[in-house]
Amino acid sequence: MKIRKIIERIFFFLLVVWAASTITFFIPRISSRNPVRERFGQLARSGGFAPADLEIIIESFNQKFGLDLPLWEQYTNYVGSLARLDLGVSMFQFPKTVGELINESLPWTIGLLVTTTILSFIIGNLMGAIAAWPKAPRWLRNLAMPFVLFMGVPPVLLAIFLLFFIAFRLKFLPLGGAYSIGTVPNLSLEFALDVLKHQILPATAMIFGSVGGWVLSMRGMGITIQGEDYVLFAEHKGLSGFTIFKDYYLRNALLPQVTAFALALGNVVSSGIIIEQLFGLPGIGTLLHNAIKFNDFVVIYGVVLFITIAIAALMVFVELLYPLLDPRIQD
Amino acid sequence: MEPALKINNLQVSYYTDAGRARALDGVNLTLNPGEKLGLVGESGSGKSTMALAMMRMIKPPGRIEGGEVIIGDVNLTTLSEEDMLKARLSRIAYIPQGAMNSLNPVTRIGAQMVDAIKAHDTGMSKKEIIEKSMESLESVDLKREVFKMYPHELSGGMKQRVCIAIGILLEPQVIVADEPTSALDVITQRQVMETIDKVQDKLGAAIILIGHDMGLMAQFVDRVAVMYTGRLMEVSSVKDMFTRPKHPYAVDLIHSLPNLENKGVFKGIPGVAPALLRLPSGCSFHPRCSQAIEICQKDTPPYQEIEDNRFAACHLFQEKA
Ligand SMILES: Nc1ncnc2c1ncn2[C@@H]1O[C@H](COP(=O)(O)OP(=O)(O)OP(=O)(O)O)[C@@H](O)[C@H]1O
Ligand SMILES: [Mg+2]
Repeated sequence: MKIRKIIERIFFFLLVVWAASTITFFIPRISSRNPVRERFGQLARSGGFAPADLEIIIESFNQKFGLDLPLWEQYTNYVGSLARLDLGVSMFQFPKTVGELINESLPWTIGLLVTTTILSFIIGNLMGAIAAWPKAPRWLRNLAMPFVLFMGVPPVLLAIFLLFFIAFRLKFLPLGGAYSIGTVPNLSLEFALDVLKHQILPATAMIFGSVGGWVLSMRGMGITIQGEDYVLFAEHKGLSGFTIFKDYYLRNALLPQVTAFALALGNVVSSGIIIEQLFGLPGIGTLLHNAIKFNDFVVIYGVVLFITIAIAALMVFVELLYPLLDPRIQD
Repeated sequence: MEPALKINNLQVSYYTDAGRARALDGVNLTLNPGEKLGLVGESGSGKSTMALAMMRMIKPPGRIEGGEVIIGDVNLTTLSEEDMLKARLSRIAYIPQGAMNSLNPVTRIGAQMVDAIKAHDTGMSKKEIIEKSMESLESVDLKREVFKMYPHELSGGMKQRVCIAIGILLEPQVIVADEPTSALDVITQRQVMETIDKVQDKLGAAIILIGHDMGLMAQFVDRVAVMYTGRLMEVSSVKDMFTRPKHPYAVDLIHSLPNLENKGVFKGIPGVAPALLRLPSGCSFHPRCSQAIEICQKDTPPYQEIEDNRFAACHLFQEKA
């Protein structure tokens, strides 16, 4: 029963991956634009080579990447290379592969965006749950207020504000970048602290931007749950306030939040792209942004496909996890 | 015999925007071990408030404003908050009405029994706690396997049994059951009542059974208490109450019950119960009372013993000499 469900989910996941990859294959090919021509046209105009050579270059490029083959053959080649986890080679940063580029950017995105999304989820939901809990001390319940107020401020504005005052005027923290210019990435404590120092401002902007939302939705959930019969009966059993809070109240109020959390994780790249740009962090968002800027279509489609697959995998994970959190959900 | 439960002059008010509602106004009651008392009264008369006050679970805007609840030799009203937590379930247990939703949907029945025992200093080992829980399930006619099940896997009647099993885990001296069967069909109602009856006999606990179903009451309880606007109007044995009720309100209540002779005729009580915020002067029942005399408008009748083991709050009856 259980095994069957897992297999079913994985099959569904593969279906999503196949559909996504097929769409990313066909979009550039059915569009009237020719990214290869545009890219080399750009280079030609900037004076790299004589316009006469353009056709020859495009021709040889097409040949090299199999773009002159019949469509179905291109497709099978494409699917074959995908199966080998080969997303192709960047046009702009040749000969780097898309896989390598993603590999280089991913740690920065996970380090900042994924971490802050998780932190925001934990902080926001805990605060929201406490804010709705009548037995919590007043000061603790009000702790969430500043976050709720900050909700109205777009994270970008907050980021600019932080940059201006804390980094530019007060010079407490670096203005941007992943680490200090001149240092070479290594595994020393010194380097780790340097990286951490560079992450503080963007992390603050990210967290302040999303904690408020969690607080509000969790507080709403909490108000509903605390009136449920099972919470009242738990009190009649003589359980301590902490046990009721943890096992009866929070546990149930969190259920819908888990789905929202998966969605938030899925949106990490799109919601963090501006922050990465603003702070000059070389994450997936920056990679995508640069690829769009330089019309590097192999990288664009590679990154989009990668994000799609990551989200699909996340959803499978959540779906398999959910029955463990809520036994009422089966099959 | 030392009484299992003594309630003295218990007072509870709810402070609403419209003013203070005295939901419980000077309730006195004594229950012996093993005794079953049925508590009846119109909706809003304060039955649930009394149950919650006994558990010290009145929540804002409500407040217990006076009186005491004594179980055995322990006065619950003076216990510290922490000691009261321990007293719940071990001295006095509450069986809820909403059995459908009274169990945590995301954890197993067993976990919800184990945490209840663990919250009290029983000195039991983990194994003993599990064994005790399973025995408790068995005593309410459930299988031991229910321990490992989730609430959604049980029927309404089974869930109510689980609540009873939880209620008797620590062998309390007093059990309060607030309409424990009102959400169930008649057959299941009867079965659950029989189960309550059985476990209560075994424990020798006193029980207060709150309900609207007088027929079901008549079969299961020893005494009936009639409540009106937060006051006990009459407390008598089942037999006395049904054959010769004393208090005019109790008389009306009993006579409004359907029987074969007056089939098809619904005889209610004229008028409606007054709002707690605007109670009439004197006896709160006097505007609806067919036997009201002059003093009823002025003075609140004292609640007193009018015959052997019969109590009433009515000017028509003098204190037993
Ligand atoms: N939280 C509250 N806030 C304000 N008033 C309340 C509150 N709870 C109860 N009351 C009032 O107290 C009175 C007694 O209510 P209670 O629930 O004890 O009645 P009951 O006899 O149990 O009624 P039912 O048969 O419908 O269960 C009612 O008039 C009600 O309006
Ligand atoms: Mg009630």
